[in-house]
Amino acid sequence: MQLFLLTAHEMHDLLIKKEISAEELNKAVFARIDAVEEQIGAYITRTRENALAQARAVDRQIRHGEKISPLSGIPIAIKDNICTDGIKTTAGSKILSNFIPPYSATVVKRLEAVGGAIAGKANLDEFAMGSSNENSAFFATRNPWDTSRVPGGSSGGSAAAVAAGEAVCALGSDTGGSIRQPASFCGVVGMKPTYGAVSRYGLIAYASSLDQIGPFARDVTDCALMLNAICGHDPLDSTSAKYQVVDYTGFLTDDVRGMKLGVPEEYMAEGTDPAVRCVILKAMKKLESLGAVVEYTSLPHAEYALPTYYLIAQAEASSNLARYDGVRYGMRAKGAEDVIDMFMKTRSQGFGNEVKRRIMLGTYVLSAGYHDAYYLKALKARTLIIGDFDRVFKKYDLLLSPVSSTTAFRIGEKMNNPLQMYLSDLCTSSVNLAGIPGLSIPCGLAGGLPVGLQLIGRPFDEGKLLRAAYTFEQNTDYHKQFPEL
Amino acid sequence: MPQYETVIGLEVHVELKTRAKIFCDSTTEFGGAPNTHVCPVCLGLPGVLPVVNKKVVEYAIRAALALNCKIARFSKFDRKNYYYPDMPKNYQISQHDLPIAKHGYLKIDTENGAKKIGITRLHMEEDSGKLVHQGTITASPFSLVDYNRAGVPLIEVVSEPDLRSPEEARQYMEKLRAIILYTGISDCKMEEGSLRCDANISVRPVGTDGFGTKAEIKNLNSFKALQRSLNFEIERQIKTLEAGGRIIQETRTWDEGKGETLSLRSKEHAHDYRYLPDPDLVPLLIDRQWVEDICGSLPELPDHRRERYIKEYGLPDYDAAILTNTKELADYFEDCVKVCPNPKAVSNWIMGDFTRLLNLHGLEITECKITPQNLASLLGLIEQGTISGKIAKTVFAEMFAGGTDAETIVKEKGLVQISDKGAVIAIVEEVLVTNPGPVADFRAGRERALGFLVGRVMKATQGKANPELVNKLLREKL
Ligand SMILES: [Zn+2]
Repeated sequence: MQLFLLTAHEMHDLLIKKEISAEELNKAVFARIDAVEEQIGAYITRTRENALAQARAVDRQIRHGEKISPLSGIPIAIKDNICTDGIKTTAGSKILSNFIPPYSATVVKRLEAVGGAIAGKANLDEFAMGSSNENSAFFATRNPWDTSRVPGGSSGGSAAAVAAGEAVCALGSDTGGSIRQPASFCGVVGMKPTYGAVSRYGLIAYASSLDQIGPFARDVTDCALMLNAICGHDPLDSTSAKYQVVDYTGFLTDDVRGMKLGVPEEYMAEGTDPAVRCVILKAMKKLESLGAVVEYTSLPHAEYALPTYYLIAQAEASSNLARYDGVRYGMRAKGAEDVIDMFMKTRSQGFGNEVKRRIMLGTYVLSAGYHDAYYLKALKARTLIIGDFDRVFKKYDLLLSPVSSTTAFRIGEKMNNPLQMYLSDLCTSSVNLAGIPGLSIPCGLAGGLPVGLQLIGRPFDEGKLLRAAYTFEQNTDYHKQFPEL
Repeated sequence: MPQYETVIGLEVHVELKTRAKIFCDSTTEFGGAPNTHVCPVCLGLPGVLPVVNKKVVEYAIRAALALNCKIARFSKFDRKNYYYPDMPKNYQISQHDLPIAKHGYLKIDTENGAKKIGITRLHMEEDSGKLVHQGTITASPFSLVDYNRAGVPLIEVVSEPDLRSPEEARQYMEKLRAIILYTGISDCKMEEGSLRCDANISVRPVGTDGFGTKAEIKNLNSFKALQRSLNFEIERQIKTLEAGGRIIQETRTWDEGKGETLSLRSKEHAHDYRYLPDPDLVPLLIDRQWVEDICGSLPELPDHRRERYIKEYGLPDYDAAILTNTKELADYFEDCVKVCPNPKAVSNWIMGDFTRLLNLHGLEITECKITPQNLASLLGLIEQGTISGKIAKTVFAEMFAGGTDAETIVKEKGLVQISDKGAVIAIVEEVLVTNPGPVADFRAGRERALGFLVGRVMKATQGKANPELVNKLLREKL
């Protein structure tokens, strides 16, 4: 097996056995980046020197016989809406194309504290708004399994980097499915943790009440290691929960016997691609055969999730994105006549179409006269959706569904049909509305393209998601399949 | 022409003197080079998050309790969205529908006695930065922006439309300021902008219940501006109505130079703030015990203190009101009363010469060199007849300037009152001889002439003769 395709825990074993140095390992990954990046386009910014410096520091630790962390020296890609001190952070937007933050996000600090080597800043849909990475202001990332197809979005660069061996693990952010859907399209593990489990400090906000940072990895063990590094309360984020952080690798046991898994029938509805449906059903059977109880169940308000999600997300986005005005940082349009003209020119030139569409939608739903009819109603619907989950979780340990009703679609296929694109979030957005954890795990191929199985759990029950996913993984070999590049 | 009645409600912003800003750790210190009291949070950089400063919540509760408000158990922060370059995020974090406190009041003095002015609500919010221009905003080729004030904590206190005259509005402001100063949460310096006021004003024919269309006046940065602008606005509105016109709901600004209010924007152009709960901040759940602890830490407030002065010290209401106007003055008074048995005498001195000299030198009571002990011993010297009231004024001025105690000054300057009959009688006789005219007048029944003769004697003794003794001796001789 090629070095760059090993998992973090496999690399860690080689490091502590001194069979390889962290520097060699990073060089191997950067060689891979050099080889395939032109085809994939996973990175907006590569930070080779940064990663190598961290790798050398880890090598020194190893030489001195110091204990290193499981992620020490492991090359990790960071979605480019997560701030990195001294490293350009663009959020995939022209308006921040020159922005260098003077601070790092808490997750970045935590990864660096355990020796993680930041390999670069991964491409994304502008301000995480999109499901295909085609909304990046710079270029569209391509799916390593078929470069004529999208990697999914908005964390498409992170998913593609991990799938293509351009990073071992990655961080993404998930507002309505932005980690799980690209994980599914690219055939890697991706997890959106419980809202509040991971600090959002330093994450460039799209919709603050839905955004959550989470990991991409090539297997469930690495996913648990990433969680170990990034989870926990942060005094800089009031919405981060004060909870007991556990060692997530402790949940990696090959056992789902007696686990009760519900399948919301609304997520297996007619719109699902038959080939995808077939793969998902097979995966459910597999879990059943391993001793889990799998039953159909219902989330009666599921049909409202998508409109509710879009109303709330856009309302928050319209306010969150108001600060990009050219006054203090980022792009400033030239030739403005006065301050207001400067705002308008800067924002007209700096934002892409999808971002503008969402800002307008959000501004509209918060406007006097529409606020109650749209925004308030959406908040009420959100309560009903949370109620649905509360009810089913009284009976089931986890829920199962496809992540997406299709496999990766062709670049350009949905760009002229935003509504069609929004449907990509059908099975994922309600998880964000409810603030609960969701995980995508590779469960087979349909038409040669990866399909992801979504596991959904109770708040702060990441451990159970990991256990089920790990059991599935140990008894299948989908995670050992890689795209040929 | 009908008689008109004025209806005024005030929205007052008070800057809190916490060490740090409301959502970050930057200092709130006034002044400083532009953009030096800032950090990524108060500059609204991408990805950073606000975290509420607990001290701000405590101060808001403190103010709310002092203003007799009910503290909400559940409160939240909202975003008020509008674009302006001095607002780093283009929204202000404020409190919209669930403010921290509601339903309070304060009392003002009117001709018809005390009047309760309702306080609708009190909420917390962040201040914005400020724009700096070269010359006027329209002529300046650029706008510079200073974010030092951005994120400084404010409370906004909104009154009911209970005020009926500019005078009442001024009284309300002064009382509010006094109460806030008592609580110690703000400097309330209008000139530094730590106390600001917007006024809503309308007029209506006397006897009607409904409200007239109101105008909101902004930019009132002194008590004088408040009163003058309201007077101007009343006249403008009445004139408009009398001419058959109609008041339009609008925001107006006070132009101090021109002495008039000018239209800023009409209701049609009013901002739609598109409020939404701030998803970056969790709702505030106010612990009852905490509120009680804060309540217990409040000082005795002016109204209560005023009543107590009347009861406990037998002071007239007028004295009690003035003495309790600021906590410092009242504290000083009470320190004096502890060592001096005559509260009214203390009150007279504090309200008289003391205040006059403080004002003359622009000093605060806390900066004064006269200790309560010194004032008490001065009053003792008067009581015992050691010095006359007139001499005491001279002594007091010395004490005020140098901080020396009364006895020392009296001794060093030889100011002890001459109460020895033998010493005074010679001077009395001399005055009678050298002023035959007034003597004759007095004997002819003109009482006033006596005063002239007393004055002569006092002058001859450099004011040291005991005036009562002089009086008595003159009458005897005449
Ligand atoms: Zn700050």
